[in-house]
Order: sequence, then C-alpha cells, then structure tokens
Amino acid sequence: MLLTKGGAIVIFLILSVKLKTNCMSQTVSIRKGLDIRLVGEAAKQTRDVAPSSTICLSPLDFHGLNPKMVVKEGEAVKIGDPIFYDKVNENIKFCSPVAGTVRSIVRGEKRKILQVLIDNNGQQDYKAASPVNVENSSAEQLLETLLSAGLWPFVKQRPLDVVADPTKTPKAVFISTFDSAPLAPDYDYVLAGRENDLQTAINAFAKLAGGKVHLGVNPNSKIFSGLKNAQINKYSGKHPAGNVGVQIHHVNPINKGEFVWTVNVQDLAIIGHYLNTGKFVAKRTIAVTGSEVSTPQYANVTIGSTMSSILSGQTKGAGQERWISGNVLTGDKKDADGYLGYYHNHVTVIPEGNQYKFFLTTGWLGLGFDKFSNSRLFPTFLMPSSKKFVLDTNTNGEERAFVVTGELDRVFPFDILPMQLIKAAITNDIDGMENLGIYEVAPEDFALCEYVCTTKVNIQEKIREGLDLIGRECM
Amino acid sequence: MKFLENILHKVEPNFEKGGKYEKFYPVYETLATFAFTPKLVTEKGAHIRDGVDLKRTMMTVIIAMIPCLIFGIYNTGHWEMVGQLGDRGLDYFSNPLDKFLAGALIVLPIVVVSYGVGLGIEFIFAMKHGHGLHEGFLVSGMLIPLTMPADVPLWMVGVATAFAVLIGKEIFGGTGMNVVNIALTARAFLFFAYPTSMSGDKVWLAGKEVDGVSGATALGDLASFMSDKPVFNSLSEFSQEYTVWEAFAGMIPGSVGETSTLMCLIGAGLLILTGVGSLRIILSFFIGGYAMALLLNVVGGNAYLDLPAHYHLILGGFAFGAVFMATDPVTAAQTETGKILYGFLGGLIAILIRVLNPAYPEGVMLAILFMNIMAPTIDHFVVQANIKRRLKRVKTA
Repeated sequence: MLLTKGGAIVIFLILSVKLKTNCMSQTVSIRKGLDIRLVGEAAKQTRDVAPSSTICLSPLDFHGLNPKMVVKEGEAVKIGDPIFYDKVNENIKFCSPVAGTVRSIVRGEKRKILQVLIDNNGQQDYKAASPVNVENSSAEQLLETLLSAGLWPFVKQRPLDVVADPTKTPKAVFISTFDSAPLAPDYDYVLAGRENDLQTAINAFAKLAGGKVHLGVNPNSKIFSGLKNAQINKYSGKHPAGNVGVQIHHVNPINKGEFVWTVNVQDLAIIGHYLNTGKFVAKRTIAVTGSEVSTPQYANVTIGSTMSSILSGQTKGAGQERWISGNVLTGDKKDADGYLGYYHNHVTVIPEGNQYKFFLTTGWLGLGFDKFSNSRLFPTFLMPSSKKFVLDTNTNGEERAFVVTGELDRVFPFDILPMQLIKAAITNDIDGMENLGIYEVAPEDFALCEYVCTTKVNIQEKIREGLDLIGRECM
Repeated sequence: MKFLENILHKVEPNFEKGGKYEKFYPVYETLATFAFTPKLVTEKGAHIRDGVDLKRTMMTVIIAMIPCLIFGIYNTGHWEMVGQLGDRGLDYFSNPLDKFLAGALIVLPIVVVSYGVGLGIEFIFAMKHGHGLHEGFLVSGMLIPLTMPADVPLWMVGVATAFAVLIGKEIFGGTGMNVVNIALTARAFLFFAYPTSMSGDKVWLAGKEVDGVSGATALGDLASFMSDKPVFNSLSEFSQEYTVWEAFAGMIPGSVGETSTLMCLIGAGLLILTGVGSLRIILSFFIGGYAMALLLNVVGGNAYLDLPAHYHLILGGFAFGAVFMATDPVTAAQTETGKILYGFLGGLIAILIRVLNPAYPEGVMLAILFMNIMAPTIDHFVVQANIKRRLKRVKTA
C-alpha cells in the first residue's frame, strides 16, 4: 500500500520533472526485491579462454525469430558476414562472430533451424568495413550501418522483449549499466577502459532516438556516471533494480502503442567498437560463477562458444552439475555440448537437486538452515547477510494452485499487480493483460516471482506465452 | 532414512502405470511426498526455487492451532466435569489430568472423524484426477473440530465435513479454488441444518442444568438481554460470572477451540512471524470489531449494547475467526489494499450481527462467510484503481 503510493508519487514527480526538461537525472530507490546470496562469486581477474573450434549461432536465442539462411553448408565466412536474416524484416541480419566455414545447419521438426555451426579457423578475418563518424552521419545512415553490420540483434524492444523493430520510432533508449541478478558480472570491472566505445554508441543511439538515451547506473559506479549525451538515472536497491524493465517503469513507463529500445551495456561496447574501428569484434568478458566452479572468475570468450570450452576442467565435478548459460534466474540449461547464449554475459554452475530429501532432515519440514527463502518459514531471515548459500535445482515441492497471496508483491517493484497479471496471462485474457500492464514487462522481470512462488508454477514461461499472444493479436 | 527410501522404491512399481495398484498411485504419491521431498528439478525458468512449499505453509497453520487444541481439550474436560458434578463453581485448575483425559475423550474422536471423512473424500477425488492429495484439507480438518460444540454427535461432524469438502471445495476444483472457507461451510451447515444442536441452552454442558443457571455460552446469556427474559439482571452480574481474565484466557464454555483469546493470539504470533497469516487482516478485523462495539456503546439503550467494547473481542469465536478463518488466503481478499478493507468490514459485521440479531448469538461465522463472498468485489475495485492509474498516465503525459 505504502509502496504503491510511493510508486505513484515517484511517477507523479517524474511527470512533473519531464515537463521542465528531458535531461534531468534522477535517483530512484527500489524498495522491493530480493538478493539471493549464492556461493561462487567471480573474483576480479580475467582469463583468456582458448577459442572454441566450433561456434554456434542459434535462431532460438532470438525469441520469435523466423530465420532465412544466407549461407550454405561448407561455405566460407568472414567475421561479420551474414549467416541468416529475419524473414519478417529482411534488413535484420545475424552475422558470424568468427571466420571459418559453415559446418552444418541443424534442423528440427518441420525443418525449423535450431543451430548454425561454424568451424572457427582462428583468423582475425573481418568483413571489409570502415569506421563510422557518428557526428557526421544522419540517423538513417546509422540505422543502415547497424542493420547491415549485424549489430541490430543487440537492440531489443519493449514491449514483447524481442529484437527491436527498426521501422518503429522508439520514445527512448534505455541501457542498464549494472546487473543485480545473483552472481552477476560487475560491468564496472568488465568494461573499464571501454568508455570511448560506450560513448560512441551512446552518441549513435542519441541520434537514432532523438536524444532520449537513459543510462541506469548503480550509485557506486565509477565509469558509467561520467558518460555524456544521456540522462543518467541512479538506481539503488535489491535485485531486480538492475533490470532494465524496472528502470524504465520508474522513469518513463511504457504505455500501449509506445516502444522503447534496450541494449545490454556490454553489447553497447561491441556496437561502439564497430563504429570506431569498423570491426565486429564479437567477444565478451563473462563471469564464470556458481558453487560448483573451482575458481570463479571472469573469462574472455567469443559469442557462441561451446560451454565445454569455457567450463571443462573448471568445475569441481562432485556429483551432477547444472550448466547454465546466463544467471540462475533467467539463464538457459545447457549440456556439455551446448553453446553460450547470444546475449549471455554470465555462466553459472550449480548442483543438480535430483535427490529425495527426507522430510524432517533436509526436506520440507526440516529446520532448513541450508535453504534460502524469502518467506519467514525458513530461518534465512535470522542469518547474517554475509552468509552465502549453495542452492541446487530441486523445486523443493510440487506444483500447486495459487493459495498464498502477497508473496509476489514483495519482490516485484512495479506498480503492477503481479498475481492478477499472471492469471490473465494463464487464461489468455488479452484485455486483462493489456489493462494490467503487460506492455511494460518481460519474462525476466517475473524471475524473482517465479523463485519465491509457493506454487512452483513456471511463471516466466506463462508471461512469455502471454507476450506472444499479445504480439500476435495486438501489435 | 535410506531404508525407508528403499522401501518406497521397492513398492513404487506396484502403483505405477500397469502395476497392481495403479489406481491407488495418488495415495502412494501423497505418502511418498510426505516422507520425502520429491527429486523434481527445475526444467524451465528459474533454475533455483525458494525452499517454501504448500506443505510447509499448511503445516505451519496446523502448528499454530495446537495451543488452541490443547487448551480446548482441557477446557472441554473442565466443563464436562462441571456438568457431571453439577457444580459450576468447580475450581478450574483442580484435577488437571482427569480433566485433560475427559476432554481428550470428547475432542479427539471429533478430530478423527473430521480428518477421516474429509481425507477419505479428498483421496477419492485425488484418485479421480490422478494427482496426489493437495494439502488444503490438512488445515480444514483441524479447524472443523475446533469450531464444533464439544458434545456435537459424531455423525453430524461427519455429515458436515462431507458437505463442506464436496460442496464447499471439490465442486469448485479443490484446494485453492473454493469461494468460501471450508471449515466455516461445515460449521454453517450444522448451524442451519441442526440448529437445536448447535446453539441454545442444551449443548454446551452436555445438556445438564447447573445451579439453575443454564449451560448457554456467554454470548447466549448476553443475547438474552435483548429478549424479555434476560439470564442476568445487569451487566455487572454478567461480568462477575465472566471476568475479563476468564474470558481472555478462555476458561468459559464454548466451542472446542474458540474460547481462549490468549491461545488464538499465540497462534496469531506464529502466523504473523512466519508471514503465513496476514497481519493486515488480523489487525483490521480486530479494529473493525472494536469500532463497531464502540459505536454500539454510543448508541446504548440496553445492557448488551452497553457491554464494554473490549469484551466483544475476547468472547465467542471472534479471536479464533480473526486469526484462523479470516486469514485463509484463498477466500480472503487477495490484494494487499483489499485485505485491510476485508478484515475491517469482517470485524464490523461480526459484532453487528452478534448484537443486533438475537437469533444468531454469534456473528463471526456469518460475517466471515459474507466477506468471503464480497472479497472478489473488493479486489475488483483495487484492481480497477490500478488500471485507472495506468490509463491516467497516458492522458497526463
């Protein structure tokens, strides 16, 4: 009640501020949320990972994409050569992160393209391009550059949380410069020294979006607060304060018919580097984390590398492990022959939880000192905040109907009623979803709801299905 | 516990598809998942999940009811002895073991019948739907005995439980789908189907007249102020018979678990500490009841209307209803703002019915049932307010 009032006041303040100027920075403190304290945070040191011999570009990493192949099996490609494009919007090209030959195109049912595997020859053989002078370029020229260079897939849009539609004008571009998810990489460390690339990319987006670029920064950030040509908004609080959806909601919420573009900050550096040098360097520094990693630290990898090139020999190997591309809340489960997701800056390894747990010891009625719970049914709240937990993949219970109320609201810092929106999504209630705020959210915003929910329902999946329905029917 | 795990694995094939007892798989699954948290792992979405589940949540409510149950057993034993000896002045704390035993002999059969009938029906539906037992009835099965008069015939408990589980819950789809509180459905069924057994003079002291004072409850005596033949001549006579301390501690006749406000508050403490029961609902329920009682004091006119407001909160099932019935998350308002209004109106209406309708000496049950029906409407307005806020944003922007 107080919090929603607070939210309303914040929105009111924002609106009144907006009338005066567009470039005023704001400070928002997020009061709801949850920091899940896991063992296995990455130490601030970076190792180079030997380039993986095969890399994968998977259309499945781009939700809702209907790809059309450009290359054939056996064809030679350079770094930045298009591999496939979007059938609906043919300007959006998806380009090779490495030079080499296309080994195979893996198809599934109805010949759906699942993966394009490219043998990496290790050469720094870039598709010919020259640096772009952002100041002298028009918005149209910049857009054309991003599309043809294969940089556009890094730009996503709200609503729907898919690759942005370049034909729509956004009301703003939002970039979150910190990740608040469990064990997430620290971009202040990862991107130190890349300020020039970041600034170039911000200048480009300022042109594309008519000057409205918002940077969400952590109050402790050193390198991002100094960036120019953008409105710097400071966000403090627990996860999901770093989620770009939360940041948009508290500064300039999305209404029906409006579009906002979002770019991950490390992808922003890749875009900026291309504009400065003309080279598509598809490399990231990812955090390799989790309780099952022997020395959690950062690693330099190429987009689409195999998980085993990153993790083999790096894990403790005690018992079964879950390899996750991404963080524990929103990442994808990967096998040993799986690949790092296109957008992922993070790899996590945690133990599998496929054991029976006797109810009085480690099971549902135990004391539960090893469990991390947001409810006070477990003693988590009595423990010091320095205590970290090893959590496994057990669901800790079976799926049930929605009984408990109010628990989702505590981790959902939007002026949106989470349970009502989830129920509207489950029942395919389009009007209900529109009214209750589906245009503002992405599945990742519901990840904490999914974590804390007593029902064990896969809430992110339900929201994704709801968004897909809205995408088909209303957009 | 490896040996228990081994036994479960050994018998599991009998219950699986094609096994000898395939039909009884839900029964097996229920027992197995009670003994062991199953080895289910996350497949989609968040890879880790909170430790909390519905079993632990429901078990917490049952634990919160144990003080009420234990005190209820003793209290029942005491009034049973009062009835046998014909001495209303019997020292409350004499022969505690005998009283406890006598109470247990009355109360435990009610508990057994309630769980037996309810779980039996639940298992039939579980087998029909092919899933394990959902935990909701574990709480209802304990709530039902606590709301019963001590000497209710056991067959009535069985019929009421069956009615509540079938009509109150299963026809709506089971745990989490019901519209009104299950335990109150059982109570209301008996109240309207067998009114003479559920209220009036007869029930509370096993049908025995004691010292010329009828064996009605405090509320029954109070309600008589509204009639031509009051049991007491004045309020001070009443408060001598039922002192504030006795009423608060629960050393008075009444339904098995409802008499002791103290024990209810201990349960409330656990529910609020663990977050299972909503502080908003409990607090606003008490405030609503107190406000109504104060209002009646202002109106005044007869002894019942003049009854000090705090008495209302400690008599009858008010505290029990506020702590264990109104907080049922399935039937209460589901929005955080709605919960405040829901609780407040619930308390308000409970006292209103209690005082102004002499046909119903106790109003808590009817008030909560009424608010159960109203809760979706309250939520509707809270949700509409949220939607309007969102639409307004477009207009002002």
